Amino acid sequence: MLARAAASAALIVTLAAFDGAVAQTTNQPPDTMAARVEACTPCHGNKGEGTSDVYFPRLAGKPAGYLYNQLLAFRSGRRKYPPMNYLLEFLPDPYLEAMADYFASEHPPLPQPAPSGVSKDVLAQGELLATSGDAGRNIPACVSCHGPGLTGMQPGIPGLLGLRAAYVSAQLGAWRYGTRTAKSPDCMQLVAGHLTEADVTAVAAWLATRPAPADPAPVPKGTYALPFGCGSQPN
Amino acid sequence: MGSKLSIALLALAAFTTTAAQAQDKTSDVIARGEYLARAGDCTACHTASEGRLFAGGRPMPTPFGTIYTSNITPDPETGIGKWSADDFYRTMHNGRFPNGGLIYPAMPFASYTKVTRADSDAIFAYLRSIQPVNQKNKPHELRFPYDNRQLILGWRTLYFSEGEFKPDPTKSAEWNRGAYLVEGLGHCGMCHSPINALGGTSQSDAFKGGLIPMQNWYAPSLTSNREAGLGDWSIKDITDLLQTGVSARGVVYGPMAEVVHNSLQYLDDADTKAMAVYLKGIAEGSSPPAASTVLPTTESSLLISLGKTVYDKNCASCHGPQGEGKPPHWPPLANNQSIEMQSAVNPIRMVLNGGYPPGTKGNPMPYGMPPFAGLLSDNEVAAVVSYIRTAWGNRGSPVSAREANELRSAPLN
Ligand code: HEC
Ligand code: HEC
Ligand code: HEC
Ligand code: HEC
Ligand code: HEC
Repeated sequence: MLARAAASAALIVTLAAFDGAVAQTTNQPPDTMAARVEACTPCHGNKGEGTSDVYFPRLAGKPAGYLYNQLLAFRSGRRKYPPMNYLLEFLPDPYLEAMADYFASEHPPLPQPAPSGVSKDVLAQGELLATSGDAGRNIPACVSCHGPGLTGMQPGIPGLLGLRAAYVSAQLGAWRYGTRTAKSPDCMQLVAGHLTEADVTAVAAWLATRPAPADPAPVPKGTYALPFGCGSQPN
Repeated sequence: MGSKLSIALLALAAFTTTAAQAQDKTSDVIARGEYLARAGDCTACHTASEGRLFAGGRPMPTPFGTIYTSNITPDPETGIGKWSADDFYRTMHNGRFPNGGLIYPAMPFASYTKVTRADSDAIFAYLRSIQPVNQKNKPHELRFPYDNRQLILGWRTLYFSEGEFKPDPTKSAEWNRGAYLVEGLGHCGMCHSPINALGGTSQSDAFKGGLIPMQNWYAPSLTSNREAGLGDWSIKDITDLLQTGVSARGVVYGPMAEVVHNSLQYLDDADTKAMAVYLKGIAEGSSPPAASTVLPTTESSLLISLGKTVYDKNCASCHGPQGEGKPPHWPPLANNQSIEMQSAVNPIRMVLNGGYPPGTKGNPMPYGMPPFAGLLSDNEVAAVVSYIRTAWGNRGSPVSAREANELRSAPLN
């Protein structure tokens, strides 16, 4: 928190210096984060609420630390999606942090849960994996990390609600194929590595049918202990 | 007894001051070397993504295969820890390894040959001072016959002329300093010159612009005012562009964003101004005639009217209804050379990929442009690019949907 405050103070100082350095006419774009992230909004929505494209994720309200980790991973190519890798390539850390803070602090309503095209049995299998896991196959319950309400935990664990099935299964697939990696130890890679195609379909479908919770905010850091360590979630 | 002691003390004091001075001098040289290494952008090639500083291993795709950059940290086994300053100068100046072996021109020694011995020594002193990293160089993956280093001899005969920078006595010291940086450490000619099939640039074509192989970006001519020649730019606009990445006249993007991000933003005001003076000076006064359109006129006028519709809907909110922009953050498109050039590669890619100028000390939170690849069809991309190239008195030519389509697959890194 202190480090975050210091970083943003430094940013404000550099910004002030910039105002002096390039003195401008009054006809300027608004000096806001909203104007600065217009390059992102055609894909992620004006407030980060997502768009009709099922592979473009919602950003709004996710933990700032999680979003920042993703931006760092896209910038270095550790997480691959070429259009975003390209946009972020030459942006400095404090700016990525400011973008993460911006989307984390937006709270457009969660989307209506989508009717799912899979059978009741498949949904039941998905629910079982998410809430209890499968000890016999070394699969921890998703809720053990993503929270009992699946709303995530500050600073590094995202909620799993408001995401569409196609996106969730693409991400689990990306972990299995190594195109998405997180800070080591990459606990999600371990989890995804134990899932079969059928598990992925089931859990992704069940998550997408969940109604929006009364309070979608991620719970504070340290609210519960993780079953094993995750590099993205410092303890 | 007393006097002996004081003499001894005096001697000791004298010794410590000279030692301190020597220390000061070395740290000055190291700091200078670090600055010069920035000016040479060594890190762009010698540091891999998420890799250790200067430990190499970064792949460089070339038309002949992939070259991997070397570890230039002072590690004695895998880096340049056993090199002498003479060895290092030979690499910079003559493109040879300490054993005389030939270095591929992917290492820009054809430009670095202009660097003075003193500057080479300072860079070497700096490289000796950084953290050694034990990391073996990856072997290159070059196709036959390019894997044979003897071929470099032929290349050298045609395209390499060894020699430190020679100041032009008819020009100011500032112009000469700028020339030294641009032609030497800055290795601007490596991208901004036409590159022929052999991967070479001839002296007479220096800074005449060219398509960068493998990357599909066009590095404009720095001498023609119809391209990126800066003849009619103010010195302030040029220094803004080089130092901050944005200016009242235009912005940098693609490979040039990398150059500003890793290198030019770190140059001091005097050196930046010297480069600006030189760049303004080498721009040729006269412009070649406007490129004639390749499309039949009825077709192109239909295209351009569709282009205006696309522009008003998608672009005017930032670039202005008259292409005036809100400079420097939302660049003007009217009277912007970089979209009027004969090669339309850059504006097409800009529309497809969008972009952010680099975050720099002078512009730490740049504004961005969204990619339109997923929002516009080939025909709409061609239309809007044709429109911005010809509207508001711009003198570019229309482009075809086929050109737009081909650039959809251009690599993004
Ligand atoms: C061309 C569309 C596009 C643009 C423009 C774009 N994104 Fe994305 N973004 C995506 C897609 C698709 C993904 C998911 C990629 C994957 O499959 O891993 C994503 C993922 C993300 C994530 C990770 C979300 C999560 O929950 O893991 C963040 C954060 C993000 N984008 C932020 C941004 C920001 C900030 C910008 C602007 C600088 C931006 N994006 C621009 C399409 C886009
Ligand atoms: C050991 C803790 C842990 C467990 C168990 C776990 N996760 Fe995760 N999950 C994480 C962490 C940490 C991240 C963030 C990784 C990062 O920084 O990229 C994450 C991220 C994700 C994401 C990416 C969200 C986005 O917006 O892109 C998905 C999807 C996900 N987990 C699904 C699951 C599912 C499904 C399960 C159960 C089968 C599960 N997780 C179990 C720790 C866990
Ligand atoms: C455009 C990319 C590029 C830039 C910029 C660049 N280098 Fe290199 N450098 C290379 C490549 C590629 C090699 C390997 C060439 C070979 O194997 O023949 C190399 C090799 C070297 C070597 C030989 C080391 C060895 O043992 O193989 C040294 C020393 C060196 N570079 C120093 C520098 C310094 C100092 C700078 C900055 C002033 C610099 N380079 C900038 C691409 C670059
Ligand atoms: C890695 C290749 C590369 C190197 C090295 C390089 N450039 Fe560029 N440069 C480009 C490309 C590509 C463009 C076109 C994109 C743009 O306009 O930003 C460009 C554009 C420019 C522009 C025109 C910008 C505008 O808005 O019209 C100037 C001026 C320029 N470069 C100067 C330099 C100078 C000076 C150096 C050396 C210090 C240099 N470049 C080194 C690739 C390079
Ligand atoms: C949200 C504001 C925004 C919108 C909308 C936008 N741009 Fe841009 N445009 C920018 C910014 C910011 C840059 C500088 C990007 C960079 O340096 O990478 C830019 C750069 C450009 C350039 C390169 C200019 C130069 O100096 O070389 C072209 C060409 C361009 N835009 C065309 C378009 C077209 C055509 C559209 C509509 C299809 C469009 N832009 C929509 C903000 C915008």
